[in-house]
Amino acid sequence: MKFINYLESIAGVEIYPMISLSLFFLFFLALSIWALTVNKEHIDEMKNIPFEKPQSNELFI
Amino acid sequence: MEVEKFSYDNKIVKQFAFATILWGLVGMLVGLWVALQFIYPSLNVIPQTTFGRLRPLHTNAVIFAFVGNGIFMGVYYSLQRLCKTRMFNDTLSKIHFWGWQLIIVAAALTLPFGITSGKEYAELEWPIDIAIAVVWLVFGWNMFGTILKRRERHLYVGIWFYIATFVTVTLLHVVNSIELPVSLFKSYPVYAGVQDALVQWWYGHNAVAFFLTTPYLGLMYYFVPKAADRPVYSYRLSIIHFWALIFLYIWAGPHHLLYTALPDWAQSLGVVFSFMLIAPSWGGMINGLLTLRGAWDKVREDIVLKFMVVAVTAYGMATFEGPMLSLKKINAVAHFTDWIVAHVHIGALGWNGFLTFGILYWLIPRIYKTPLYSKKLANVHFWLGSLGILFYAVPLYWAGFTQYLMWQEFTPEGFLKYPNFLETVTQLMPMYAMRAIGGVLYLTGFIIMAYNIVKTVKAGSLIENEAAEAAPLTNEEGGHVGEHWHRWIERRPVQLMLLSLIVVIIGGAVEMIPTFMIKSNIPTIASVKPYTPLELQGRDIYVREGCYTCHSQMVRPLRFETARYGEYSKAGEFIYDHPFQWGSKRTGPDLARVGGKYPHSWHYNHMLDPTSMSPGSIMPQYSFLLDDALDTTTTAGKIRAMQTLGVPYPEGYDKIANKELMKQADEITASLKKDGIETLNDREIVALIAYLQRLGHDIKASHTTVNK
Repeated sequence: MKFINYLESIAGVEIYPMISLSLFFLFFLALSIWALTVNKEHIDEMKNIPFEKPQSNELFI
Repeated sequence: MEVEKFSYDNKIVKQFAFATILWGLVGMLVGLWVALQFIYPSLNVIPQTTFGRLRPLHTNAVIFAFVGNGIFMGVYYSLQRLCKTRMFNDTLSKIHFWGWQLIIVAAALTLPFGITSGKEYAELEWPIDIAIAVVWLVFGWNMFGTILKRRERHLYVGIWFYIATFVTVTLLHVVNSIELPVSLFKSYPVYAGVQDALVQWWYGHNAVAFFLTTPYLGLMYYFVPKAADRPVYSYRLSIIHFWALIFLYIWAGPHHLLYTALPDWAQSLGVVFSFMLIAPSWGGMINGLLTLRGAWDKVREDIVLKFMVVAVTAYGMATFEGPMLSLKKINAVAHFTDWIVAHVHIGALGWNGFLTFGILYWLIPRIYKTPLYSKKLANVHFWLGSLGILFYAVPLYWAGFTQYLMWQEFTPEGFLKYPNFLETVTQLMPMYAMRAIGGVLYLTGFIIMAYNIVKTVKAGSLIENEAAEAAPLTNEEGGHVGEHWHRWIERRPVQLMLLSLIVVIIGGAVEMIPTFMIKSNIPTIASVKPYTPLELQGRDIYVREGCYTCHSQMVRPLRFETARYGEYSKAGEFIYDHPFQWGSKRTGPDLARVGGKYPHSWHYNHMLDPTSMSPGSIMPQYSFLLDDALDTTTTAGKIRAMQTLGVPYPEGYDKIANKELMKQADEITASLKKDGIETLNDREIVALIAYLQRLGHDIKASHTTVNK
């Protein structure tokens, strides 16, 4: 576990977890805002990717 | 725009589908076998079929062979269609398929022979670990190649789950498998004790997350809408589901180590993130079930949807239970008991099993262009499978509670009411019998499915290359000023992969680095010394036999545990344990303090025939340890490996190690002789006795010093 030595030598290494947590929080905030406000056309387009060529299920069931 | 003609590769899908069925059968048969060993210990027969060796075979076969092939079947089918292109390279597909099957065969040929690293769900030894990494990268290469040459601009949410699966499993596998080989079939993990436990359960829990969950969620997002013939309920929810799930899951591992010697802050971190997981998990389940809104009439008729509804419901149940189990109070009850076994089988039989069956029933008729041979048989399978899950899980929940209640009951005088551990096991026999019946039902359903599919395949003919056409992507990226970053990322698989990688690396790093970094997290105990050469050899026998599948080495700081076993376990006790052997299930008692509890002769007789010392014991007989000679040619190499890993044996100790070993062996043989047992000093049993007598010895020693 030699790389620990390098980590220990970083001044103020304790701040890193706080920074990453804040980054994630902001990431989720931005993501949620986007998910709630994105236009419906785009959502519908994405939703229907598996159905580009409509096919009937009837033969198989 | 000009349309391009191409074809989908159905042959590779077929191959993975058949492999799924074949290995599913093998894995479940082994599962049934080990379940029956609880009721009929004589089924342990030969060394290769003892429970400790077969149980890892069962878990590996079901997870990596059955579910693994199921993942690849679904991914190879859906990815081609979602990207509107054939797989990137047919040769890579072939290498991937045959490579994966060879790995499974290698596992089946090593685990029963005791070739194991002794780390749960990662038991395979180092040459196989390397092969897994190579084949997995071939899969990733093939997948990314396909995504990069796609004819659909946006990546459907299912593909995100596939990408996250690929990248995280790579990371987990590599980090957890860093080990130092001592021979072709033996290695030691570089981590020891608490650190090894933390890495192992970071891996273990995320194997559940990224091998059993995320790829299957990707499949759910493709196959449930296809089978229901309507798009997913909420695409917005699926995006949040994705990011929240991969972000939270990676932190949750320490909930497997509550009340153990793991530092408290790491345990709490695990609890918090595990509990939050309920939100994205249920978001995903609700999304899956609501996709069927307005189609519930179909569910009554359509066998595929029936399987899928039960699968998604089982996912919901297991992911409700998981966060609850991560709460300390509930975990104290469930941990080490059959409750956990029931919990994971809701996931394995319900979620993974039933979704796989649903996909198989949907997909096989399509690639063979013929209706399913018998809807009636599929229905029989559905009911047998559902009953099988209930018969499996309910008795084990009961068993889990019963055993806990018996463990923790005190008499009014303050003594344990059931001081003999065995009483708490024999009490569970009816439950174990019911569980085996559940297994029989589930397996019978599976065999019926296999028959149904064979008949379907015979009636149709495989469309190896299914013709398709689509317009190529134009060079114009479609981006415009002010475009949102998330829409940007939806088109960029490589960036998406990197972002997911960063998300999981940070989670893993914050969880693990401090345990490695801060020395105060693992206080050293002066009386804890490295194992003697004989004990080290004995420990390797303990690992080889998979003793950890039934015995823990972790006394939790709870009154009923310390009253039964003695002093609770401390982090500093395990610093020379490569690998750690804390275990996760107690079918037998904890062994952390077993050293010195019984004379050598007790252990000798107990290994020869456990029932002679503990009437009613269901432990396998280990008489072969009494006959087999210990391989001492490895001693020097093992000592050197331990030195490399930082165990403070004196310089040049490897040269005198075998002399020390024989000295200790002679002492044990002499002591056995006093009790009327004649044995050679070079038998494996002698080494194992040395190791068992060492367990907890150092802590007891430290106490005598303190008391003086």
